[in-house]
Amino acid sequence: MGRPLAQIDRVTKRFVKTGPPAIDAVTASIAAGAITGVVGPDGAGKTTLLRLMAGLLAPDEGALTVCGFDSVREIANARPSIAYMPQHFGLYEDLTVIENLHLYADLRSVDESERGGVFERLLDFTNLAQFTKRRAGKLSGGMKQKLGLACALMGAPQLLLLDEPSVGVDPISRRELWRMILELADQGIGVVWSTAYLDEAERCESVILLSEGKPVYHGPPVDFTHKVEGKVALIRNMPGDKRDVLMRAMEAPEILDGVIQGNTIRLVLNNPMAEDQLRSALSLADAEIEKVPPRFEDAFMASLGGGPKKRSPFTARPVHGAAPDEIVIKADALTKKFGDFTAADQITFSIRRGEVFGLIGPNGAGKSTTFKMLCGLLRPTSGHARISGLDFAAAPSKARARLGYMAQKFSLYGDLTVRQNLEFFAGAYGLSGKRKTAALDQAITTFNFAPYLEAQAARLPLGYKQRLALSCAVLHDPDVLFLDEPTSGVDPRTRREFWTHINAMARRGVTIMVTTHFLDEAEYCDRIALIFRGRVIAEGLPDELKTRSRREGADAPTLEQAFITLVREFDEREAI
Amino acid sequence: MWLRIRTLIVKELLASALDAKTRWLVLYSPPLLLLIYAFAITQEVKNIPVAVYNEDAGTVSRDLIARFDGSPTFSEILYFDSWKGAAAAIDSRQAAMAIRLDSAFSRSIAAGKPAKVQLILDGRRSNTAQILEGYAARIVADFNKELAGDDIRPPTVIVARAWFNPNFEPLWSATPALFAVLTMVVGFMVSALTIARERELGTFEQLLVSPIRPFEIMIGKAVPAVLIALASAVAMLALGSLVLQVPLRGSIILLFAAMIIFLTSIVGIGLFISTLASNQQQAVIGLFFYMMPAVLISGYASPVENMPVWLQWLAESDPLMHFIVICKGVFLKNVPASVIFEHTWPMALIAVFTLSAAAWLFRKRLT
Repeated sequence: MGRPLAQIDRVTKRFVKTGPPAIDAVTASIAAGAITGVVGPDGAGKTTLLRLMAGLLAPDEGALTVCGFDSVREIANARPSIAYMPQHFGLYEDLTVIENLHLYADLRSVDESERGGVFERLLDFTNLAQFTKRRAGKLSGGMKQKLGLACALMGAPQLLLLDEPSVGVDPISRRELWRMILELADQGIGVVWSTAYLDEAERCESVILLSEGKPVYHGPPVDFTHKVEGKVALIRNMPGDKRDVLMRAMEAPEILDGVIQGNTIRLVLNNPMAEDQLRSALSLADAEIEKVPPRFEDAFMASLGGGPKKRSPFTARPVHGAAPDEIVIKADALTKKFGDFTAADQITFSIRRGEVFGLIGPNGAGKSTTFKMLCGLLRPTSGHARISGLDFAAAPSKARARLGYMAQKFSLYGDLTVRQNLEFFAGAYGLSGKRKTAALDQAITTFNFAPYLEAQAARLPLGYKQRLALSCAVLHDPDVLFLDEPTSGVDPRTRREFWTHINAMARRGVTIMVTTHFLDEAEYCDRIALIFRGRVIAEGLPDELKTRSRREGADAPTLEQAFITLVREFDEREAI
Repeated sequence: MWLRIRTLIVKELLASALDAKTRWLVLYSPPLLLLIYAFAITQEVKNIPVAVYNEDAGTVSRDLIARFDGSPTFSEILYFDSWKGAAAAIDSRQAAMAIRLDSAFSRSIAAGKPAKVQLILDGRRSNTAQILEGYAARIVADFNKELAGDDIRPPTVIVARAWFNPNFEPLWSATPALFAVLTMVVGFMVSALTIARERELGTFEQLLVSPIRPFEIMIGKAVPAVLIALASAVAMLALGSLVLQVPLRGSIILLFAAMIIFLTSIVGIGLFISTLASNQQQAVIGLFFYMMPAVLISGYASPVENMPVWLQWLAESDPLMHFIVICKGVFLKNVPASVIFEHTWPMALIAVFTLSAAAWLFRKRLT
């Protein structure tokens, strides 16, 4: 580690005088020549911390020293050494790549004579040399971030602050972005990388882990992960349903946290335990249990106190449908064209009752288009989408009555109270009289909404908001549940809780369709379809996709590595 | 179906009532605007200072100027001893009118010859200037009549009586049209923002995946918008008759009946714009794009009869034009129902057209 570039000394920042602080007594240091991760879920205070370091906000308490200067009084001196790339980088979408570079060169007063060399170096570094004439708005998410980075690097900064640079970037571009950042750190630049993805934390030299503004941990990620060393195990080849096994495992006192990972279950234990002990504790005599190295997320969950121990109230609900192999969602050669552009091309798959099916793929690959056609938000140019045998084209209202939908940002009416939201969705799904009362009562008791009934939805804590959105989506007890990026940016604990409900619903025969770009979440699915350039390029169990992309002599790939391999192979085949 | 529509209407009304911004926009700001605009218009033609440059030394000229001084229209007489000074007063908007009497004024009158009074008016304020000219002409005519005395047979005298607004009370003539425009603005704001707002919040897709049909959404959006705008209209009416004391001589029932049709046509346009827009900002821009010409050709600022024929035809398709006529009629005149009907059916036609267009576009945007 190099010398500290920035010192954060017991900094507190409040936006609402009476409310909880956005940043609460954070102390940390940022080293030169290293990547420091500011890690935490949405709303943890990452952006605030970055803006404090950039001198865009003044702390209420404490002080920051950035590049040797006070972040408030002497910020003008520090500014030439700081580059800040906000979440939506200020690219001018109607200017071309080169025009954007010129603009930032002007802003950073880079001399006209030096520009040629600087631009060449930056374009080469970011692989954008062949796109200089393209307008920034027409670039892909990954290319936009690279251009943003190039612009931020214009004045040769010492401290580079990147606010969630990997959001909206597909795994391939994300990998490239990391390669570039590592190179910059090698050149001695201090990089601050904020992220909600916990796997990225492991790649940083040091992390500042935030939860609701409070510092949870600051230091090398290895030391944090080390706390749960020997306490992480994987269950393979278990008898019976994996969701069943997970549910029962979570009830065991020895278990702190558990998630589904493809065909396996990943467990975090309270205390280190031998495999045999664990096997008998969980009464899984035949299962294969193996200790595995811990991940950052395991340690974070442990520090948060573990996953939800209670069974989801949905477990007790009656079972949907009798025939387990019945096909509930069918995509039949779904094609959608927008002018000349084919967003979805002959997409075909079918999903059985009680399956959790994931659509994954980079942004703009056709994932959302497919999803929207399946839930009736978009009319296919050709092909059919059927829900329980009902075609959207023929019986839209009937088909829609069968499905529940939960959009990315919990689409609730924020001004309405919890009760009013529930009543609205009950009415929208045609529930009235006794059925309505019964559905509302059930929703209220399921999630214990009673104390919040008269509270405005917008003011609920995140966890409750998510529960309310889920309740509204399933008030009418749908056959099929569509989830659009259900837990992106949500803290791992809230995500665990959400998935216990989804798992419980799947176990009783609700078919679930998920889109996600978050590959850890894709591991929770039974089957996934990888969509790329408007086509399904791979479909199967998460483990199958991993096996398929496994190369000789290599370790078992993660789903992200599998994703990259599959996309590359597809590109190579297409090129021939 | 009715259950779903009712659910939508209840939600929409609740959301508007609970949202502080909407509440302010719809219920408090229109009456306030009515008040401000109404008084702003009043200020235009009262309390105007006049510049006087009198080269004449006789008493007759002083008598004439005294008459100006006594009139309530002119707040102040500014005397200048050079023409330059008077001109500068108009230039700097200190005065809207200047009166010049030449040195021969008293002498000419004494000799029984015609004498001249020069009026200089500020053409930049053409409306005010016209009204001032009228006032000045009346003062001079009265003055003439008295000078002539009994020895000459008085010329034919025109006795003007302004019906419906006997005192030419500007508040009376301005308020009905203003009321119509503000009602339209509220109807637009409520309807044009609604779909765009849901699109922004992400709740729109949630609606679309529910069994609610597109036309049910349309009705569920249109009805609350009309109701909210009506509530705002009631507030403005109360203010108009209680505070501004503008008479309301016609049938309130007919006024409301016409207003419901008017608002339906406005809400249709608002929903059309809202469907087109992908966020609230775009919706507001779209709204102003429509509203500016709609107000200009409605007869609000200048009479429709003075416009070229093709523009008059276009004005026929402007619901505001019809509603202004109805408002003026009901407020000041107690017009017969037949006149109201004559202007209501075109609005009904426009309403049918705009609502179907909005519904059509709505369906089209879904695919």
